[in-house]
Amino acid sequence: MITFQSLTSKKAIVAYTSWWAFWVFIHLYVLLGFNIAFKVAVIDSLLTNFTIYFLVLSFFYLLKYYQPQRENIFYMRIWTLLLAVFVTLFLNWLFKKIFYSNTQYLQFISQSFTIRFCYHFLMISFISLVIWVWNYLKEIQEGDTRKTQAEQLAKEAELNNIRQQLQPHFLFNSLNSISALAGSRPEEARKMIQQLSDFLRGTMRKDEQQLIKLEDELTHLKLYLDIEKVRFGHRLKNEILCDEESLSMLLPALILQPVVENAIKFGLYDTTDNITISVSSTVEENQLIIIVKNPFDPQTSSPKQGVGFGLNSINRRLYLLFARQDLLQTHSEKNQFITTIKIPQV
Amino acid sequence: MIKCVIIDDEPLARGIVKEYLDALPDFEIMQECNDGFEGVKAIMQHQPDLIFLDIQMPKISGFEMLELLEQQPAVIFTTAFDEYAMKAFDAHAIDYLLKPFSKERFDKAVQKWKDQRGNLDIKQKTDSMLDMVSKHHEEHQRVVVKTGSKIRIIPVHDVLYLEADDDYVRIHTIEGSFLKKKTMQHFEDTLSPSQFVRVHRSYIIQIAQITRIESTDKENHVAVLKNNERIPLSKTGYPKLKAVLGL
Repeated sequence: MITFQSLTSKKAIVAYTSWWAFWVFIHLYVLLGFNIAFKVAVIDSLLTNFTIYFLVLSFFYLLKYYQPQRENIFYMRIWTLLLAVFVTLFLNWLFKKIFYSNTQYLQFISQSFTIRFCYHFLMISFISLVIWVWNYLKEIQEGDTRKTQAEQLAKEAELNNIRQQLQPHFLFNSLNSISALAGSRPEEARKMIQQLSDFLRGTMRKDEQQLIKLEDELTHLKLYLDIEKVRFGHRLKNEILCDEESLSMLLPALILQPVVENAIKFGLYDTTDNITISVSSTVEENQLIIIVKNPFDPQTSSPKQGVGFGLNSINRRLYLLFARQDLLQTHSEKNQFITTIKIPQV
Repeated sequence: MIKCVIIDDEPLARGIVKEYLDALPDFEIMQECNDGFEGVKAIMQHQPDLIFLDIQMPKISGFEMLELLEQQPAVIFTTAFDEYAMKAFDAHAIDYLLKPFSKERFDKAVQKWKDQRGNLDIKQKTDSMLDMVSKHHEEHQRVVVKTGSKIRIIPVHDVLYLEADDDYVRIHTIEGSFLKKKTMQHFEDTLSPSQFVRVHRSYIIQIAQITRIESTDKENHVAVLKNNERIPLSKTGYPKLKAVLGL
């Protein structure tokens, strides 16, 4: 099979031109068989075939940008027919003008009107069919390429996702803490292994498309906070204040935890003091509102810096799920960095 | 006795280094530090033979902390960064322990340091490692400096301009100027080229601080900053600045 991509348009033009050159000779040969003078026969065959050549070419060049649907092939038939009629009438008129004194030829023209029309029609139909099939196959191929690309992108995104979920820095630091506890306080080490396992299991089991209750997301979040508290000891405190009503509201899985993770990182690494991360939730106008606060040092970091990659990907996810750009917002008040998430309840 | 200092922001992570060190003879832990600020103080006070240093810490990273020291100590990094990120260190013969690490791995690192102790090029090693790190890391968003015992973190957008000053670079900000033992080349390499331009052998200016460019005579130009300071532009600096400004 011909691969349509490898056939450049340059090659196509060459193929097309030689096809018509071939027909010029056939045409000439037939005319000479009818005892038409050589010079007249040459002009006739050249004019006839090149009229069709350019007409069809320009007509279908336009079609390149408008590939008719398979159902519309009927309209193409009509167009070919109209083109054939037009070409026949035009050539008839042209030849009568050019050879007005050649009575033998004029007579031949009138006699061969029907056969000429049939010839024009067949030629135009054939070429149009070839071009149509060509364009059709090309479109299929382009569709395939697009599909492959989309699949590849999806795969990459998935991989990134897994890498993101595993959070190597968090994981290895937690394992290091366990390693430290194992020597002196094996009971606590065992407990932390339990917490870490539960947390990881929760992360892996969740489908990101899935909506879950805030209550469940909070359970997952608490596991995370407990692990971080073991790591950072007295430096990290947290308070969770949630309206009773908000607990049963739905939100996309694994939205809250990365935001809190970001808040912890920002808070812990931007100050040397003890920090409190606060999470609160309310319901307003059938929207779940979650507010996460962390302290930062306005002197040394512009909050913009802290938004970072973590929040960008959350924003992107919220956009994909709800088609809104305004669901994640951040601002700072004094030395508090505040992240607000709105989740519309469907 | 071999004097050690442990610097890590996670108490349990310090604990494990301490535990492994306690099992070795001749090692004395002078101090455990929560962050780089404490680290700098402890190092100046105790002059340790060896420090165990975490990289990601509050306010200033392990690398930034080392930059503040006049005299580089021998360092073994303890980090949860992935191996790939740490690979570059191999060439500099400074050991790193990937968390969590075993007692055997720890002992090996300490033994390696002991073996190399005689060679007095440790300072040089640390210096070249820091140089490499600053080039590898993404563009710097801040500069950490030390004046007396005070450590300042200067966000780069607060910098007016940098001026060469013998072996140092003087960093001019709205709140005064600070010295840092680095080369102009270092700053030219690490600051964002869309934000800072080296306009002269001795000057790098922040583009956002320029209000206008004036010509002093036919050939010479100066950039006038928001605070009315005038910075000379060299023959190569002037067209470079014009190009960045899109003139």
